[in-house]
Amino acid sequence: MFAFLIRRIIQAALVMLVVASIAFLMFRFLGDPISNLLPEDATVQDRTEMREKMGLNDPVLVQYGRFIVDAAQGDFGQSYRNNRPVSDLLAERFPATAELVLVAASLALALGIPLGIYTALNPRGWLSQGLQVISLLGISVPTFVTGILLILVFSVSLGWLPSFGRGTVVDLGWWTTGFLTVSGLKALILPAIMLALFQMTLIMRLVRAEMLEVLRADYIKFAKARGIPNRMLHFKYALKNTLIPVMTIFGLQLGGLIAFAIITETVFQWPGMGFLFIQAVNFTDVPVMAAYLVLVSFIFVVINTLVDLLYNVADPRLRAERTPARGV
Amino acid sequence: MTPRNLLFTATSALALACAGGAQAETFRLGTNGDLYGLDPHSMTDSFTVSFLNHVYEALVRYDADLKIEPALATSWEQIDETTVRYTLREGIKFHDGQDFSAEDVVASVKRAAHEDSPIRGNIAGLVDAKMVDEMTVDLMLDGPNPLLNNFLTNVLIFDSSWLEEHDALDPIDAQKGEEGYTTSNANGTGPFRFESRTPDAQTVLTINSGWWDEPQHNLTRIELNPINSDATRVAAMLSGELDMIFPSPLQDAKRIESTDGMHVLEAPGLRAIMMGINMSDKSNNPNQDGNPLQKTEVRQALVHAISYDLLRDKIMRGKSRNLGGLVAPQVPGFDEGVDAIPAYDPELAKKMLADAGYPEGFSLNMNCPNDRYVNDAAICQALAAMFARVGVKADLTAETKAIHFERARANETDMFMLGWATLPMLDGYSVLSAMLHTPGGQMGTWNPGGYSNPEVDRLTEAVATELDAEKRHEMMVEAFRIADDEVAWLPLHAQPLSWAARDAVKIPQTADDKPRLWLARIE
Repeated sequence: MFAFLIRRIIQAALVMLVVASIAFLMFRFLGDPISNLLPEDATVQDRTEMREKMGLNDPVLVQYGRFIVDAAQGDFGQSYRNNRPVSDLLAERFPATAELVLVAASLALALGIPLGIYTALNPRGWLSQGLQVISLLGISVPTFVTGILLILVFSVSLGWLPSFGRGTVVDLGWWTTGFLTVSGLKALILPAIMLALFQMTLIMRLVRAEMLEVLRADYIKFAKARGIPNRMLHFKYALKNTLIPVMTIFGLQLGGLIAFAIITETVFQWPGMGFLFIQAVNFTDVPVMAAYLVLVSFIFVVINTLVDLLYNVADPRLRAERTPARGV
Repeated sequence: MTPRNLLFTATSALALACAGGAQAETFRLGTNGDLYGLDPHSMTDSFTVSFLNHVYEALVRYDADLKIEPALATSWEQIDETTVRYTLREGIKFHDGQDFSAEDVVASVKRAAHEDSPIRGNIAGLVDAKMVDEMTVDLMLDGPNPLLNNFLTNVLIFDSSWLEEHDALDPIDAQKGEEGYTTSNANGTGPFRFESRTPDAQTVLTINSGWWDEPQHNLTRIELNPINSDATRVAAMLSGELDMIFPSPLQDAKRIESTDGMHVLEAPGLRAIMMGINMSDKSNNPNQDGNPLQKTEVRQALVHAISYDLLRDKIMRGKSRNLGGLVAPQVPGFDEGVDAIPAYDPELAKKMLADAGYPEGFSLNMNCPNDRYVNDAAICQALAAMFARVGVKADLTAETKAIHFERARANETDMFMLGWATLPMLDGYSVLSAMLHTPGGQMGTWNPGGYSNPEVDRLTEAVATELDAEKRHEMMVEAFRIADDEVAWLPLHAQPLSWAARDAVKIPQTADDKPRLWLARIE
């Protein structure tokens, strides 16, 4: 286990280094940050001085090296646009994204799994057929369209829910939360649905397919023959085996949720990390972009590691490979 | 942050008490981007500076008709060619209770003109500030400057002791890697005081009941809600969550107009949209030898290939104002004669091209931004099609502004789009010095195409120091006429401003596209 973690940490560091270097190569094509920092009629001399001051005249490799050395010490530099340290900005925005992703992920699981089970157990029911069709829509309609439709229906036509922002948030010092106020909770509903919809339909279809597969397996047939009640059969034996691949996919998708949050946050003016990133792209705010990409790659690696660990816990066969078989 | 309800109750109660029972009015403004920060000396973003103008004030300000009027200074006089003396208004207090005096002006001017200051370029020529007495300040210039007051509208005044207390007398140095106190705190003399801010979510101002001026507004609180997505901003307006949005997307104007209780405010603004022209020896188009655009006759022919009315009616939905010259009517230097729109006549254009030696037309590269001006890429597509009708093949590239302007500035194209509002100067000299003067030093910074005419250069330099307004105007018009005759640039139109508001909101729509909420009322 220990060796496994060490290996993962080294992998994580490598992944982040690669992401940072790709990011730096990309930034060269994003344009000149100076054009956003100085007035349109700034002189050539002003521009040169500014470039020199910001270290933009150095070769890309030198800039990259400086970024890595500073980043290793936890210093991601100063945002060009906001005049504030990047780490502060990211820390400030993280709670918004985390809460949104948390709610969306819970929603996707809480609805996706039961619906998947239902459609698997009643494959020919009209409700199952209907759900299948709707889930196809959920997978194929782009999320920003769903978001704008949700706003149109629930904000503009019905006037029930706010169309933008996080509502009133409560500051706990190290975390700002929207969970403690009515307006904060109301503001969460639409963005969470928009973000969850794709994942939910994905999980539903996955659970359905896996469950149908498992229900055809020999051990289920044996269990059935032995007269085990259907309820126990479905939820104890079949479901457990269904969930292992679902867990893997969901773990991977959780990283995807954070990435997809960029679109949701842009549509709903949700002041999270994704929104910060989009603005940084528009402004060619290189330090913010680099730090965000490195952070997201770190989150991906952490989630994947956790999923692998959980996999070990959930599937006895994996443990058996490493520890000598007992009994049998 | 403490729960907002509590703060809101407290501030409204306070405001109520001060306003003597008048109704508390909150103005909820939706914009397409957030403030960069709270320090007006730390960036040149015009929206940020204009919003901070509710909190901070300058020695002079523009009224709703964009004429200079006294603000923190009551009067000024030219003492000699390089010195202007300002008399300050008595009895003004900053939001934290400190008295306003000459010391504050000196500290603020020095801060803005500091060599690390990003806004230094906006007050070029301002060398020093000296305190004469408690209520009098001398500003030293490097030469006569007719535009000093225009510049000063943007030099917002800080409290010097407040700056000193928070170690902020020097401008924020982005390279130090530390956060400036003034980025997240504010203390001015303006009609509203800063209350709270969550970046990209909300910035709140409350009324300054001790403001020196007679308030024309009836607001007690301003909430700035940045909503970058056009669709969401319009939705928030339609659902009644906002009192006003700015800008309001052109394509949604009908939807907003057809909604009860709200309307669109539209007017042509200051920003002139135009095409810059490569006049070097070589075309940037690989299929073109030499550079046909270098010939004045060729450029004059192209003017007749453009249907201004079609651009206005089809691309700009009738909301723009055709421009024959390089400045909008509100800008000093504008002249009716120069502004005359050339006739649309593709046959004439073809003939003129043939006479100039290009009967088969020619090829050029055209570059446009696709995220900077209203319908920018669509305008260029239409232009390319119009040029095609007279045999000129334009290879169009539309890309993001950060790349577009870099390319244009390096003269890597033959024709590029540029919009120029002449702000913060608000004067034709801005165009003359940056876009028409031969490039070199402080001049011609936006003349990458290399247009050069000694007479225009001479006039521009004379305009820079001429203090007689009438003479100055004549010289500007003369220079613009020459540039117009030689087609130094291809002017297209004044870009429309588009705001949308509830019917209850009364606000003057100023041509510089800066909402002045201290002139707004909710009825």
